[in-house]
Amino acid sequence: MTSVSTDKLPPSPIGEGVSAPDGPWKRLLAGLLSSPTAVLSGIGLILILIAVLLAPLYANHVAHTDPFRSGLSAKIEVEGKTVPVMQRSTEGLGLGVTPIGPTWSGEYMLGADTQGRDVMARMLYGGRSSLLIAAASTVLTLALAAIIGVAAGYTGGLVDGVLSNLIDMMWAFPVYLLAISLSIVMIGKTFVLGPIELSSSSLIIPITIIGLVYVPYVARPVRGRVMTIKNSEFVLAARGLGVRRHRILMRHILPNVLSTLIVFAPMLTALNIVTESALSFLSVGVQAPNASWGTILQDGQSLLYSRPTVALAPGIAIMVTVLLLNLFGDVLRDVLDPKSARGR
Amino acid sequence: MTKSSEKTPAPVLSVRGLSVSFRGARGVWSEVVRGLDLEIGAGETVALVGESGSGKSVTSMAITRLLDPETSRLGGSILLDGQDILALSEEDMVSRIRGQKVAMIFQEPMTSLHPIYTIGDQITEALTVHSPMSKAQARKQAIELMQRVRIPNAEARISDFPHAFSGGMRQRVMIAMALASRPKLLIADEPTTALDVTVQGEILDLLKDLQEEFGMAMLFITHDMGVVAEVADRTVVMLRGDMVESGTTAQIFDAPVQPYTKGLLASVPKLGTMRGEPVPLRFPVVNMANGSVTPGTKLDRTPDTAAPLLKIRDLVTRFDMRGGLLQRRVAQVHAVEDVSFDIYPGETLSLVGESGCGKSTTGKSLIQLSGGRSSGSVDLSGTELFDTSGEKLRRLRRRIQMIPQDPLASLSPRMTISEALTEPFLEHRMGSRAEALQKAERLMRQVGLQPDMLARFPHEFSGGQRQRLCVARALMLDPEIIIADESVSALDVSVKAQVVNLLMDIQQNLGIAFLFISHDIAVVERISHRIAVMYLGEIVEIGPRSAIMERPAHPYTRRLIEAVAVPDPSRRHSRRSQEPQELKTPLHPMSYVPPKRRYIEIAPGHLVRDDVTTAA
Repeated sequence: MTSVSTDKLPPSPIGEGVSAPDGPWKRLLAGLLSSPTAVLSGIGLILILIAVLLAPLYANHVAHTDPFRSGLSAKIEVEGKTVPVMQRSTEGLGLGVTPIGPTWSGEYMLGADTQGRDVMARMLYGGRSSLLIAAASTVLTLALAAIIGVAAGYTGGLVDGVLSNLIDMMWAFPVYLLAISLSIVMIGKTFVLGPIELSSSSLIIPITIIGLVYVPYVARPVRGRVMTIKNSEFVLAARGLGVRRHRILMRHILPNVLSTLIVFAPMLTALNIVTESALSFLSVGVQAPNASWGTILQDGQSLLYSRPTVALAPGIAIMVTVLLLNLFGDVLRDVLDPKSARGR
Repeated sequence: MTKSSEKTPAPVLSVRGLSVSFRGARGVWSEVVRGLDLEIGAGETVALVGESGSGKSVTSMAITRLLDPETSRLGGSILLDGQDILALSEEDMVSRIRGQKVAMIFQEPMTSLHPIYTIGDQITEALTVHSPMSKAQARKQAIELMQRVRIPNAEARISDFPHAFSGGMRQRVMIAMALASRPKLLIADEPTTALDVTVQGEILDLLKDLQEEFGMAMLFITHDMGVVAEVADRTVVMLRGDMVESGTTAQIFDAPVQPYTKGLLASVPKLGTMRGEPVPLRFPVVNMANGSVTPGTKLDRTPDTAAPLLKIRDLVTRFDMRGGLLQRRVAQVHAVEDVSFDIYPGETLSLVGESGCGKSTTGKSLIQLSGGRSSGSVDLSGTELFDTSGEKLRRLRRRIQMIPQDPLASLSPRMTISEALTEPFLEHRMGSRAEALQKAERLMRQVGLQPDMLARFPHEFSGGQRQRLCVARALMLDPEIIIADESVSALDVSVKAQVVNLLMDIQQNLGIAFLFISHDIAVVERISHRIAVMYLGEIVEIGPRSAIMERPAHPYTRRLIEAVAVPDPSRRHSRRSQEPQELKTPLHPMSYVPPKRRYIEIAPGHLVRDDVTTAA
């Protein structure tokens, strides 16, 4: 038998392992920082972001080109020789031209596309559009889903019935079919909303389309979460204490829904990048003269056999970005979900 | 081997110097069990007791090697039936040890059974997994096992699904499955904690009977000293991973050596200690460091019986069960049926009964938070609560406050304590933010916490501290009556006594009335002025505490009081002849009209339901 010394005895759980008061946000940050996956994927994403933000710098000072103007007659210097960007075909009948392949140097690093434009510079500019569209439509989806989900879940009754059925109806449409239909309606027209004029090439159009189609996928779980929290002990306790309805919504329910929304953010962004590429590839997303990874992918389609880098580059960029976002999202979910092993 | 193995017969389980460590965040190993020695012979029961976090469940997981080898480390030696458990491979554990030599039953019978297989399937699986036999044979043995664990009507019920069984019946099924391979060692991890007292008694008796019959060794893990006294031959007391004291159960209870054991025993509420006491008595204050006990003091304030503070008449709460294509009401749960009682200022009325008897629903119905349909009358010193709604109801709720069962769940996880405490005060416009903060600080001191803890979040407190926070939050609104719904049930014994004493201090100082809802009769006996006993949504008996506890008149009250496990090994119960009671349900079809009840006053203020003339 061991005797227990008295200094171990007084049960004082506070002060034992608990130091400074930790808010939920601080805990979230600490959880993310303690995971190598989250740190590495986070750094990767930041590097991609910096690269696309520096696109004009690269175009003007490294590539010396305007990626949005056709360069069919341009000539560049490669290994001391001056060569045309569009090279006469050496195969078959010798007809037609093939854009220059990767030079792996400043100008035309990844070669040129069918218009003789610098693919690397276009990749950076395209990345800007792709990421901007993905991020902005994520914000739009989350905002709309939060409003609809919270309204349906908290109000219940008739409001819930109408909203839930609307969500279900939207859900019944295949995403791409819905997106293509919306695009056909919206693209090619100039919208005038009061002082704002939207040209058909505006990025706001793909942002709106992509932002709308995924609303049901987020609104549904948000509604469920709100309904769970609404019936939880602490909301019941708050009601018992005579706390007003709107305060219960703002202070007790919303902060707890926020974690659900945050978990969705990286995964939704990844999904949006893919959706944007697909729509742009089908010519119903980003419109010329703007570029995105999807449009570059489409440009590269006709050069797939002669100059595969034009299609490969955006393909790899999409894959890496989506992978990084999903890796980060996984850790985020684990940290935010108290039931998962890592969160503890 | 050591000298212990030379003794005959060799123990079934012999644990020497067991240590268990877990890898926590950032790869730091922390030892949660240190140097545990344990020995159990055939036919012997050893109880492992301790409060939450003492490492008792971890020990049982270590013996069956169910801990994740990635995140845990075991040290010392475990010999089961002569075999070194720690040296065996995982395959050997699966094929030769678990379910063969050692079987386990757990706390939660509701979740340990697979919901989509029948009871018969699950018992036959346990039978056939180690010894191949024909289907018919297995079925026959399964029925035999079900009869052994006294499940009535075994042959008919073998094809039922778990949801058709009550908690106690499910625990019997779990026991039947554990016994399927005739294990040498049965580990029972809090097997009766989730069960009602009357069912707990039945299960304990059953385990004792079966142990005699099979000659098993039993390791009984519990926090309940009453249960220990009831079943254990020897007892091992644990505290935060250390073995504090071990000896025969009689030794531990009659002559504890270590201060912690003394303190633990002293803080256990004992039924019957209030005999002849006219007023509620605080729990004795135990100094856990040296085991000294200061006797509890009397509650120095008598209730004001001139006019009732809260007058409840014919309270009925029903929940609808909907079904069919159009979600029509098909049946009703008669959760509360014709309940009437009064509460006087400064008085504690306890509502006791088993789970599902409607005591919590009664409490919630008073402030219209039950979620069901209520009717009747609730009169708070002249104001009819059931006539109010909206803003008026919100204002009235200030006067009736609630202390919940699960304090962590009832505190918003993303609000600091300071926000949680000041919020109701500000919402009722009782003063400025500075005044709210001042009052919060004062109440923190009053409930035994430091004001500087206000900046913390709920998860940074222990269970007992959180319950104090909930008490402080309720007091922020200067309520006239507090509904304490199982407020101390989830707390460890030593903490439970402290919180009950705190509630009594508050009553003495502020004259607040309590509606104390609890299934724990030993606690109720301490705190109450009057007691109401509920069964299936109805009050069967109500009266002064001494009358109910010493002269219970209704058969159900008697059964309830008798079933309580008394923490005294010399007063073991013997009810072995008792047949298990099947669960009665308050679920009735829409056409059901509850019988009109009559109550007989057998002594001043002591009313008993008249079951002779009003039997349905």
